[in-house]
Amino acid sequence: MGGIEPQARWQASAFLAAGSSSFADFLTAAAPELLPRGLRADGVRTDGTAQSWPGPTGSGHAGPGAADIPHGTTIVTAVCDGGVVMAGDRRATAGNMIAQRDMEKVFRGDEYTCVGISGVAGISVDMVRLFGVELEHYEKLEGRSLSLEGKANRLAGLVRNNLAGAMQGLVAVPLLAGYDEETGTGRIFSFDPTGGRYEEQRFFSIGSGSVFARGSLKKLYRDGMSVQDVALVLMQALYDAADDDSATGGPDMSRRIYPTVAIVTQDGFERLSDEQAGQYAQTVVSERMQDPDGPGAPLRPPVS
Amino acid sequence: MPFYVSPEQVMKDKADYARKRISQIRSGVVMTCDAGILMVAPNPSRALRKFSEMYDRIAFAAVGRYNEFETLRKAGVRYADMTGFQYDRRDVTARGLADWYGQLLGSLFTDSNKPYEVEIVVAEVGKTAADDEIYRITFEGSVADERDFVVIGGQADKVAGIIKEQYSPDISLRNAMRLAIASLAGQEDGNQNEPVTASQLEAALLERSRPHRAFRRLTGPRLDALLSGSDGAGSDSASSDSAGSPGASPKGAGPTGKAASNGATSDAADAPWTEGEDDGSASDSGDSDGG
Repeated sequence: MGGIEPQARWQASAFLAAGSSSFADFLTAAAPELLPRGLRADGVRTDGTAQSWPGPTGSGHAGPGAADIPHGTTIVTAVCDGGVVMAGDRRATAGNMIAQRDMEKVFRGDEYTCVGISGVAGISVDMVRLFGVELEHYEKLEGRSLSLEGKANRLAGLVRNNLAGAMQGLVAVPLLAGYDEETGTGRIFSFDPTGGRYEEQRFFSIGSGSVFARGSLKKLYRDGMSVQDVALVLMQALYDAADDDSATGGPDMSRRIYPTVAIVTQDGFERLSDEQAGQYAQTVVSERMQDPDGPGAPLRPPVS
Repeated sequence: MPFYVSPEQVMKDKADYARKRISQIRSGVVMTCDAGILMVAPNPSRALRKFSEMYDRIAFAAVGRYNEFETLRKAGVRYADMTGFQYDRRDVTARGLADWYGQLLGSLFTDSNKPYEVEIVVAEVGKTAADDEIYRITFEGSVADERDFVVIGGQADKVAGIIKEQYSPDISLRNAMRLAIASLAGQEDGNQNEPVTASQLEAALLERSRPHRAFRRLTGPRLDALLSGSDGAGSDSASSDSAGSPGASPKGAGPTGKAASNGATSDAADAPWTEGEDDGSASDSGDSDGG
């Protein structure tokens, strides 16, 4: 493939010659071993050898080792007044075991975006890390930030690069939410393993528990809600997801491990502290002691 | 072309050429103060920059031929991001970058027909002024570890001499700005008493107290406040800043074209390239001067 000869990778020419402002493209040319998985989309490693995974995986064919890779999750996000809020649970499972109780799944992309991850933990975390550097790299080289759509496109490209892995069952799919400076609103983008990018309206959810979370969001979400109200709605949705999906963890009140909540507005990215997230979690848990299924939605619209 | 030229002669010619060209370029100043590391240079251009962010607490400063130091800047950003990505953000240091630039410029000097007509500085702001690091790398790749302040470009000795008289390591940001401008005015043969306006210079600060990315451009209201304060106290620029209309719109509108309003939280608050509004983050109190 075109690019820099392997022996020249760390030489000065690699750094001086590269023309693109994309960090991922630079790594592909200069140091592809640093990319998540080091694979191209056609399944051939960048050093020319064919990929090999620890056993065949994919629908119905769980190979040895495939079930032991941490995955599973629920990430929920919704547009609020002046921005967007995203929340994610804290559980990572490997087969029937809880691999981690306090995993972070919602990350800062840059000052105006946050990314939630689902699927295989290792690949997802690598992908988000690369995404963060990609955005900052562009900004430093070009002297301006990418547009929100540009950021979404770049993330879609990173997801696309993992297609071969996804087809082997090692899926890693993110959810992007950000504040668009041009429109002054929050926007949500979802992805599929082929790198397709889809803009979502109002709210969205990904992960194994997303089907349950989405039903909850449908009934509780209203347009134009404040940041605080949306955070509470997301907390309810995550609780409902954890109620029905074993791979999604509910708030751990005794260990004080709560869902990660991130807010992005014109003031930038903010991750709620444990105390703040804990307050929302406590509100939800206390109410559920009375109504285990949570707030009910009115069956008929109020007579006006 | 002669049939044979001795290597000694080739090197000497290259070095003389580079030195001569560099002596003709205007100087810039990189100076440690209490608020962080201040960088000041004359620069009438609105878009072409001499000072840039390299990494979280590291800045890049250069004088000389623009396209050459831009190439070096971009290469350094790639190297810094690669190192930070491969290891960790804390593993990217100014010293490592300076070493790498030394190697890079050294081989460029030896291998290419024309040496780069540049002089660059890599600076890292520390927790205290004593921890600040400033490295100067010359066109031929020699790396010098500087203390307190450094002047790069032509007439560096003259400018440095002016600074040395009044500098102290705990100098305030406001006084550091005043001193930098006074020393740079000394190098022009023109009118020393002409008040310096924001549109004529480029200033940036590696802010010690900022948690993540320390690099901030000093533009718009913040720069005007520093300049007017400095003129009030300074001895070299006698008149106030009125000739430069300090209330004028900042150097070019920002990329989104919105007017700057100091203190308001605005778009692209963290982007180091935003002109006009340099930051709106709530953690920044006492915006106008760190002194």
